[in-house]
Amino acid sequence: MTNAVEIGNVSFTFLEQTVLEDVSLTIEEKDFIAIIGPNGGGKSTLLKIILGLLKPDKGEVKVFGRKPQNARDLVGYLPQYTHFDPDFPINVYQTVLMGRYHGLLKKYTSEDERMVLQALKDVDMLDYQDRQISRLSGGQMQRVLIARALARQPKLLLMDEPMASIDPEMQDAFYKLTSRLKNKMAMILVSHDVGTVSMHVDKIACLNRRLFYHGPAEEAGDGLEKIYHCSIDLISHGVPHRMLRKH
Amino acid sequence: MFEFLQYEFMQRAFIAAVLVSVACGAVGTYVVIKRIVSLSGAISHAAFGGVGLGYFLGVNPVLAAIPFSILAAISMGAVREKVKISQDTAIGILWSVGMALGILFINLKSGFAPDLFSYLFGSIITVSNSDLYIMLILDIIILLIVLLFRNEFIGVSFDEEFSQVVGLHTTFINMLLLALIALSIVVLIKVVGVILLIALLAIPAAIAKQYTYNIRKLMILSTILGVILTTLGLVLSFIFNLSSGATIVLVMAAAFLLSYYIQD
Repeated sequence: MTNAVEIGNVSFTFLEQTVLEDVSLTIEEKDFIAIIGPNGGGKSTLLKIILGLLKPDKGEVKVFGRKPQNARDLVGYLPQYTHFDPDFPINVYQTVLMGRYHGLLKKYTSEDERMVLQALKDVDMLDYQDRQISRLSGGQMQRVLIARALARQPKLLLMDEPMASIDPEMQDAFYKLTSRLKNKMAMILVSHDVGTVSMHVDKIACLNRRLFYHGPAEEAGDGLEKIYHCSIDLISHGVPHRMLRKH
Repeated sequence: MFEFLQYEFMQRAFIAAVLVSVACGAVGTYVVIKRIVSLSGAISHAAFGGVGLGYFLGVNPVLAAIPFSILAAISMGAVREKVKISQDTAIGILWSVGMALGILFINLKSGFAPDLFSYLFGSIITVSNSDLYIMLILDIIILLIVLLFRNEFIGVSFDEEFSQVVGLHTTFINMLLLALIALSIVVLIKVVGVILLIALLAIPAAIAKQYTYNIRKLMILSTILGVILTTLGLVLSFIFNLSSGATIVLVMAAAFLLSYYIQD
């Protein structure tokens, strides 16, 4: 069985600042893992390296045994949604259709159409397919963007700070969705908040330039204590220890 | 009332109004929704370098502006890919360097350029038949590219990062879009001139954007608005004996204000 992601001794420097240092991480098929760390700790950079948007200075990255750029048909991506123009003239259906892009001059097929509708159904947004995106709430927009990622039928779903853009009451709906997707694909979620996330994911990786801990969330007792020590002033909010015991 | 239609130059001017509106509708839509109005403005000013080069070489300045503005567009695109220079700075530099080159080229050719003003501020009534042919051919190329690459253009305009993740060649598509803007700028040069033409790329699409969220309808609506407003400006400039380029721009600006208040 090929692992979803294999990161070996990856380092990344940006503008003479070391963002990632000697990070090694293996993510198995159907893992649900949260990469947790402070802002500026290199989480999004690591995500972009897995996506093939950035190339590491050192080390190796394999996605399903391939180079990241060659594994794009297996990968779905939910970006932070802050970089959108909400006023952009596009509706929900067209937004999700982008997830089915095949290449230059290739038309979308009826198969693509079916996948888009299926993805919209998966996130309960089928009724909104004709709606312009500016008329969606934050939570609805996020579900549309998840549908766009799912429309590719990915084997690996990468989510960048999915909690940042939605109301607390939407978080339940989000985790319900991820628990439905859990058996279909590997999922990596990036978050700066260890609190609620750790109750829902299977594994946790703690990243602050270096990888401090990687392992199952429920067995994380001592390990988490250690990370918590390592980066106690970095992850200052949330009470991960107690949350995890409860889990 | 319509006696001006008898003049051949007025007939040509009306054809020119339609031809520019097609370029405005198809390309101006992307200029507005991708928020690259000032970048496009820089390319249009830089195109003046091509006009000057045309004078210097003794070829039709509009033709000479084609490779020149495409070059300007591609160098802008190359700058966008580099993180170290801010786009804002690059816009300012390209803007003035292009114009400076144009002026030097004209200087080199014994200084005097009788219809220089028409390339700076436009003169729709001096559009020649060969200008119309150039505009027509460029319009056809523009429409073909817009049609063929519509999914790609929408992708890079809406979400460049995601487009790249799904395997879209964003660098190439961005360059192509900028080259397309360069071509539409060439279509517009004779009508409103390099200094004023950004208004024609931006305003019809900006008005249309208030009334539709469908990109295809947006393009069609901006084209129709372009035809109406350019023609209105042309007629007003003829009746009151005003500079046509400036009149067209002010008519468009007035229409924009009006539509804005109606919408509110």
